[in-house]
Amino acid sequence: MIEGLAALYIFMLAAFTGYEVIARVPVILHTPLMSGSNFVHGIVLVGAMVALGHAQTPGEQALGFVAVLLAAGNAAGGYVVTERMLAMFKKSKSE
Amino acid sequence: MLHHLIDASYFLAAVLFILGLKQMSSPVTARRGIVWAGLGMLIATFATFAAPELHGLTNYLLMISAIAIGGGFAWISGKKVAMTGMPQMIALYNGMGGGAAAAIAAVELLSAQGKAQAGGLGMGAVLGGDIAALAIAGAFIGCVSFTGSLVAWAKLDGRLHKGALFSGQVWLNALVALAAIACGVLVFAGADASLIYGFFALALGLGFLVAMPIGGADMPVVISLFNALTGLAVGFEGYALGNAAMIIAGIVVGSAGTLLTQLMAKAMNRSIFTVLLGGFGTGGGAASGEAVTGTMREVQAQDAAILMAYAERVLIVPGYGMAVAQAQHKVWELAELLIKRGVKVKFAIHPVAGRMPGHMNVLLAEAGVPYDLIADMDEVNPEFATTTVALVIGANDVVNPVAKTDKSSPLYGMPILDAVSAEHVIVIKRGKGTGFSGVENHLFYCENTQMLYGDATKAAAELITTIKTL
Repeated sequence: MIEGLAALYIFMLAAFTGYEVIARVPVILHTPLMSGSNFVHGIVLVGAMVALGHAQTPGEQALGFVAVLLAAGNAAGGYVVTERMLAMFKKSKSE
Repeated sequence: MLHHLIDASYFLAAVLFILGLKQMSSPVTARRGIVWAGLGMLIATFATFAAPELHGLTNYLLMISAIAIGGGFAWISGKKVAMTGMPQMIALYNGMGGGAAAAIAAVELLSAQGKAQAGGLGMGAVLGGDIAALAIAGAFIGCVSFTGSLVAWAKLDGRLHKGALFSGQVWLNALVALAAIACGVLVFAGADASLIYGFFALALGLGFLVAMPIGGADMPVVISLFNALTGLAVGFEGYALGNAAMIIAGIVVGSAGTLLTQLMAKAMNRSIFTVLLGGFGTGGGAASGEAVTGTMREVQAQDAAILMAYAERVLIVPGYGMAVAQAQHKVWELAELLIKRGVKVKFAIHPVAGRMPGHMNVLLAEAGVPYDLIADMDEVNPEFATTTVALVIGANDVVNPVAKTDKSSPLYGMPILDAVSAEHVIVIKRGKGTGFSGVENHLFYCENTQMLYGDATKAAAELITTIKTL
């Protein structure tokens, strides 16, 4: 379990990391990168699995099911779309 | 032991996400980046199956079928969509992520609410004040991102038409936002379940209301913003669940997405604030700006082709018109033909050409254009002055010189591609209409400009046919 202050440090360092990763990106990669970061927050899938995994009432199970369904869509779709876009980037043959 | 193994996999996943994103920020390593991030996702997902919190065969079965259905649907739709349809798919998948974060919060809050009511306690006392607060905040943000992204998807996909901003909508939005926040505070205090439902309904409604009036040109900024918001929601729910991988990945995306949103808004000379308040692209500035003088001159494809074939340097400026006509392959064929004749050809890309920053780069890459022939605005702008022909294909606002000259124009201050300073400008365009902004394009009336009317694919094909005969 991550408690109080430790979490605050994680929040802060992660925020700086995200900023640094993007700061010097060429414009041509903006859309792929947006798509890539869209994929990365697909990690919500693990949270959705935990939520469904400890669901007890049918209501909680239904909501958990929706959560996993949506999260899996985020992760799978985000990956495919990003991969397809990035697969196209190549240099001219002369180099 | 198992516990440590799961923690270690989450740690590894977080490292792979960050390294993956870092690699995605350079064209040379970008492809490897997504594979690394994907590997991180797989490791984290498989580790979670073994998590001790999970129990009940039904729950496992539900989990596997949800992953199969949701993942399968998204995988297939993502494979099938045409490159021009990418922006709306990003919006759709992003909305799903936001919805997932909100649904997680709903499970946690509803189960905690039961306990709170049974013990006569507040939500904060059951979950812990910080956890309850962040779970509620994440739910709010996730809901807004969910409905907002779905609206964005429906609009870009042509399923929903631009909703006009009715007078006072800003106030309605503010009212709904305040009501949702008030409900959230009451949920925190641990009142009954119906308040939780009310809270979710209001937050979902708010996302819808915010996204509805926003017009086409501002869509990319909004999608990027919702992407950042989903990241934030995921980070908050990660805290509520005590899951470090979710916190790190969510907050990294939240901050990267915020920066990306700012870069995009800046490239369009807009602030995020004005985008959200609506107005631009909804007719607000359509009629303003100086009147144009002069006439548009039409040119035949044959003449335009000759001009380009004997040019020393040609700069191609693509825009959304090229994307709509799926003309990128033909345009690259044309460029290759010119290059073979010894013409120096480059593609000049405005940061917000198309529907998203980098949209044109993706399309050109699809057609096989090497990325070293594609130049950013800052890099290419000084070259227009020594360019024989600037070929503008379906781009409009991003080459409109009033952005530099006319202070009364809504475009004023937006950085533009300096096509007007080329020796000749040829504009391929379907009709005489204005661009997204609704502002008349003074470039089309300049003396060195000639208009080649027609669909971009057809026009490029005609140019190719003529050049081949020369």
